[in-house]
Amino acid sequence: MQDLVNKIVKRYQTDKTRLMDILLDIQNERGYLSHDDCSELSKKLKLSTAEVCETASFYHFFSCKEARYRIYLNNSITSEMAGRQLVAEAFEEACHTSFGETSEEGLFFLEHTSCIGMNDQEPAALINGIPFTQLTPFRVKELISGLKEGKSLEEAAYESFGDGNNAHDLIHSMVNNHIRKRGAILTNDYKPFDVIKNKLCKRSPEEIITIVEGSNIRGRGGAGFPTGLKWKFGRLTKAEHRVIICNADEGEPGTFKDRVLLTEFPELVFEGMVTAAFATGADIGVLYLRHEYKYLLNYLNHVLDNMRKKSLLGNEINGCKHFNFDIRIQLGAGAYICGEESALIESMEGKRGEPRDKPPFPVEKGYMGYPTIVNNVETLASVVKIINNGAAWFDSMGTSDSAGTKILSISGDCLFPGIYEVEWGTTINDVLSMAGAYDVQAIQVGGPSGMLLSKKGFDRTLSYSDLATGGSMIVFNHSRDLLRDVVLNFMDFFIEESCGSCSTCRIMPTVLKDKLLKILNGHGVKQDLEELVSWGKLLKISRCGLGQTAGNPILTSLSNFRSLYEDLIQQDKEFDTGFNLEKAVVESCNFVNRKPVFETKNLN
Amino acid sequence: MADTIKIKIDGKEIITAKGKTILEAATDNGVYIPTLCHFPGVPPKGSCRICTVKVNNRFMTSCSTPVADGMTIDNNHDEIKDYRKSIVELLFISGNHFCPACEKSGNCELQALAYRLGMLVPRFPYSFPNKEVDASSPKIIKEQNRCILCKRCIKTIKDKEGKRYFAFNRRGNHLEVVLDKQMGQAISDKLAQQAMENCPVGSIIYKGKGFSEPIGSRKFDKKPIGSSIEE
Repeated sequence: MQDLVNKIVKRYQTDKTRLMDILLDIQNERGYLSHDDCSELSKKLKLSTAEVCETASFYHFFSCKEARYRIYLNNSITSEMAGRQLVAEAFEEACHTSFGETSEEGLFFLEHTSCIGMNDQEPAALINGIPFTQLTPFRVKELISGLKEGKSLEEAAYESFGDGNNAHDLIHSMVNNHIRKRGAILTNDYKPFDVIKNKLCKRSPEEIITIVEGSNIRGRGGAGFPTGLKWKFGRLTKAEHRVIICNADEGEPGTFKDRVLLTEFPELVFEGMVTAAFATGADIGVLYLRHEYKYLLNYLNHVLDNMRKKSLLGNEINGCKHFNFDIRIQLGAGAYICGEESALIESMEGKRGEPRDKPPFPVEKGYMGYPTIVNNVETLASVVKIINNGAAWFDSMGTSDSAGTKILSISGDCLFPGIYEVEWGTTINDVLSMAGAYDVQAIQVGGPSGMLLSKKGFDRTLSYSDLATGGSMIVFNHSRDLLRDVVLNFMDFFIEESCGSCSTCRIMPTVLKDKLLKILNGHGVKQDLEELVSWGKLLKISRCGLGQTAGNPILTSLSNFRSLYEDLIQQDKEFDTGFNLEKAVVESCNFVNRKPVFETKNLN
Repeated sequence: MADTIKIKIDGKEIITAKGKTILEAATDNGVYIPTLCHFPGVPPKGSCRICTVKVNNRFMTSCSTPVADGMTIDNNHDEIKDYRKSIVELLFISGNHFCPACEKSGNCELQALAYRLGMLVPRFPYSFPNKEVDASSPKIIKEQNRCILCKRCIKTIKDKEGKRYFAFNRRGNHLEVVLDKQMGQAISDKLAQQAMENCPVGSIIYKGKGFSEPIGSRKFDKKPIGSSIEE
């Protein structure tokens, strides 16, 4: 017991800022986090046990329940649309347990989980970190009985591999890339590492920043901050060390582009990090990889090792004097909020992923207090092509205020879900048409934190001045109940993923959801619709983007699909108690075979 | 004096020093900005959001935002006042706060803010959550029904090595502040009393003699919260 904790703590030099890695390693070797391990760990790190649990209990994939197979079934909306309910029941039946519980013999642990980045191949689940996609009740039965008979998870999973690198020896996954449309970034027209070898050292860091600024590229994660400016700020702050972080914690439901970029173009992403390091003078590099993509870890480390061997990482990169930079991979443990850059940094320091107050921004004071530049996977991949082909080349694509291309993750009710790289300026109509989406009722642009668009908005364009987006597009046809299925699912997502720090974001989404339920249950009146809008405004004063947008599923559907709400409310009432006495006593009256004393009206 | 700067709060010009937060500058100059999670002397976290002001038309928490020359700060806008009241109401409905039966009544900052901001009844429906009371420590009762998750105890109550007695557990609407089981057994009377005093509400109760002042003559029974700043 003590030996294991001791060994792992030593692996990280008893450094409590590496608590995430330490907990991950313990869980990896032990299968779960026991109270004794946490208590032992707290002694070693000079923390209270409550402090260790404070970090551990924040992350979804840390578990104190012992089980041989941990099954996390995705509960995102496209999973529901692809028959998740039946798959969930099949798991419960086959494993003889229910969600949130462990089966009697300690073999299976079942749990729901937020979007795992497989929206184009649902229903999907992670079993001990291995993705199982396009599940059916039949497949679940087969899978679980195979495991019970003693088949290994690998044997159960490897019936067929996905396309491209998914079949690589170090990945061996059934996941598919589904690249449907290639543009400037996804085209294989570039020999990896040409920029490091031939472009970087010949120029000054300032020149590189000028090129990036000239390309007008903005952050691809969704917030859209100008990348060149971010690098400039990072460079300006005087410090002993500077840090480049690649944010690969894409958690916005419906986004899976970074998964594909990291599967097929990891060289481009890492080269982008080296370029950013050269431009800003950074020496520390970290790829923060979401836990859901742990199955790519070995392959990504292999790519990094190859780069080190070729002197593309390490000291004096490519013979360039004083240019020292290396990259390590930090694994997350399941928290959407860690996609927010300051929460990500907190997580990297071994803490809960609670966003920081700004100012100071990470470019001034980030990881361990050093100036830190956090860039999205897609941004970093784009930068390499910008340096290679020039700023003007990139800026000539897209619109006047949105340069270049955007990689979209399209899923839901369409014939061809997958990855599409389009120029900014593309309309929603074009998006729907290229994905083979017909009979469309609505499209969710930018995931749950974005907006639900109705037909009226389909001629709007993807751009920073119109529909700015991180690229998640979920299509709904007319068979979908937007409020009952879609909006409720999104609200549950925000309620589950809030860090809980801000009072507003911790409490208000539940209040709004309860009001939506009241309306859905037929108790709504006009005032409820007004209150949804006025109460929802409070979320705007939350600290981070999650809190500020947590009411969007309700607020944007209310503004774009108002008639759906109006059809549900009682037109003849100003006030509803939320309780119908006559209806409530019907069952008991029937049971005792008596009629209620009041006049029975139509009780539906 | 070096680094003096000028800011404006609700039209009133204030001369203050660089490096201060908006809250500190306001307090120094007799302007009251309500706070809950803030505790002087420890780093702010801006989590209750009640000290939100509008700075150059953007919402910022005054406890965590440093002043800058020429800042125009709105602390008295109807919108802001309503947001603050909403937050107090949210804190009331998300827990089980029964003031008449609470040991902290009269010394409770949440109750005092509700009075000061004019809350009669929360506009939001009560949720009446099931919360536990942890009385396992010989010195402290941790009353989860009243906890507003401000983090003050987490930030201020530590042992000589810097180990924390209190910590967050879980996240989102399951979030709670827990007392470390082992450390809770050994906590000193002094620290336990300190924890109770630092708690803005009645969530941390010291076992034994808790209060010498009777209800009616306590801190906020005499004057509304914030009065001492405005005088």
